[in-house]
Amino acid sequence: MFRVRLLSLRNLALASVALLVGAFALVFFYAPNDADQGFVQKIFYLHVPLALCALGGFIAAAVHAIRHLRSGDPVHDARAYVSIHISIIFGLAVLVTGSIWARASWGKWWVWDEPTLVSFLIVFLLYATYYPLRFAIEDRDRQARYASVFAITAGAFVPLNFIAVRMAESLVHPRTFATAEGGMPGEMWLTFAVAIAGMALLWATLVRFELVAKSARARISKVRRALDAEATGASRSRIAPTVPSRAGAG
Amino acid sequence: MPALPLDEAGKYVVAAYLVFLALVLIYVAIMAARLARIDRELGELAELAEGRPPAETDREEVPA
Amino acid sequence: MSAFRAILAKDLLVELRTLQSVPAMALFALTTFVLFRFGLDRESLEGSLAAGVILATVLFAAILAVNRLFVAEREEGGFDAIRLAPVDPAALFVAKAVALVTYLALLQALALPAFGFLFLDDWAGLLPLAGVLLLADAGIAAVGVLVSAIGVNSRARELIVPLLLLPLLVPVMIAAAGAAEPLLAAGGPDYDGVGRWIAMLALYDAVFGAIGYAVYDFLLED
Repeated sequence: MFRVRLLSLRNLALASVALLVGAFALVFFYAPNDADQGFVQKIFYLHVPLALCALGGFIAAAVHAIRHLRSGDPVHDARAYVSIHISIIFGLAVLVTGSIWARASWGKWWVWDEPTLVSFLIVFLLYATYYPLRFAIEDRDRQARYASVFAITAGAFVPLNFIAVRMAESLVHPRTFATAEGGMPGEMWLTFAVAIAGMALLWATLVRFELVAKSARARISKVRRALDAEATGASRSRIAPTVPSRAGAG
Repeated sequence: MPALPLDEAGKYVVAAYLVFLALVLIYVAIMAARLARIDRELGELAELAEGRPPAETDREEVPA
Repeated sequence: MSAFRAILAKDLLVELRTLQSVPAMALFALTTFVLFRFGLDRESLEGSLAAGVILATVLFAAILAVNRLFVAEREEGGFDAIRLAPVDPAALFVAKAVALVTYLALLQALALPAFGFLFLDDWAGLLPLAGVLLLADAGIAAVGVLVSAIGVNSRARELIVPLLLLPLLVPVMIAAAGAAEPLLAAGGPDYDGVGRWIAMLALYDAVFGAIGYAVYDFLLED
């Protein structure tokens, strides 16, 4: 049964709506305009929380993957899979909003100078290989294990990559995004904090949403088998892990 | 309360937030399609369960 | 320890007899140098351009070696043998990594002089460069063995390996290029600022070496 818990899907969704709407209200009605970039800087409250949640999501996937390898329980593989999935979608949003911001700030749609953008692109490309990797391995059990190894390796890669790219760029170009981080007035910090909290909750909501959907599909398959019914042709995806019923919890 | 400047800067900011909105709505649409499919499959299963000859109805007891 | 030695000895012996990896890598490197020589239309390189050329060459040559790393094991049933033997599977990881470093070091022993002949006015930077490359080799090996093991059991192996390997090696390339650039500077090697890149390489090697060692058992399970 769908117990009403503090972290239920419904509560998560409501909380993320409240915080995100609150954050956007703060962005446009409360936070002051940036001294250097002016109104364009407002994209910061969208772009950076998305990026932080995507990267955090990749790390979370690595944690799930470690639990999967240690316990062999497919629940954790499902959680890792969905975490990476949602983080990639967030990553796409990061790249697009970053590109828009670059265009508005410097007139170009992409800049190789900005270390965070470049390092994020590399991480995105790496995680994009998660799907071909799963597709390329037929045996389900092995597929899950190798995917977990990949998730752990890639999770360790994220901070290293960020450090390396940052080191490289700081030599050539001074940090032009300093205005976005250093010297932010209190109103901006508050808005930023609310935005991050809202995005994190949105991330958690979407992950939970997907896990519940997968869990429902798995139960339907179980019922089908119990009724000796034939499975419809397209009900088994080759790569998405099937989710035991309790994966939607916790 | 800043008035929304509809010059160059405003358009880009709006575009960025619209991209975010679009992605969220696309996700909602995909999940809606999945939900519809789940509903359809459940309907099929319900019919199967109801249409069973009485001898086999004890198989309706499905582990929850 | 003896398992590690045995596997390493076996790999090096096989390579010596069949000459599968190193000659191909060396040939590839030489061809690439010639390509760059004519493509860039320059007689001498220095600084960042020189660093880019040597690193790109080493990177793609490494992919050749990584692709072939586990082919023998897969075809001759070596994986089953390792699983059945009372041996720590991580010994396979370390042995393969050392073998790969050896191949890369041999490649560099051949390629660096060629690189010097073709592109450099001043060879003073080559020796410190060799040291930097060795450190980079360790990182390439740690990740390469992992990716190769993942790839050997999948379809489209030749596609999966570069697809996974190249993004993972970006920090290595950045750090190695950062260190190589001042070493190959026009007026002779400049050691200022090289230390931070060496530290970055060492960090990368440590992290991925540790991860590879820790997860290798799971890759070997049937």
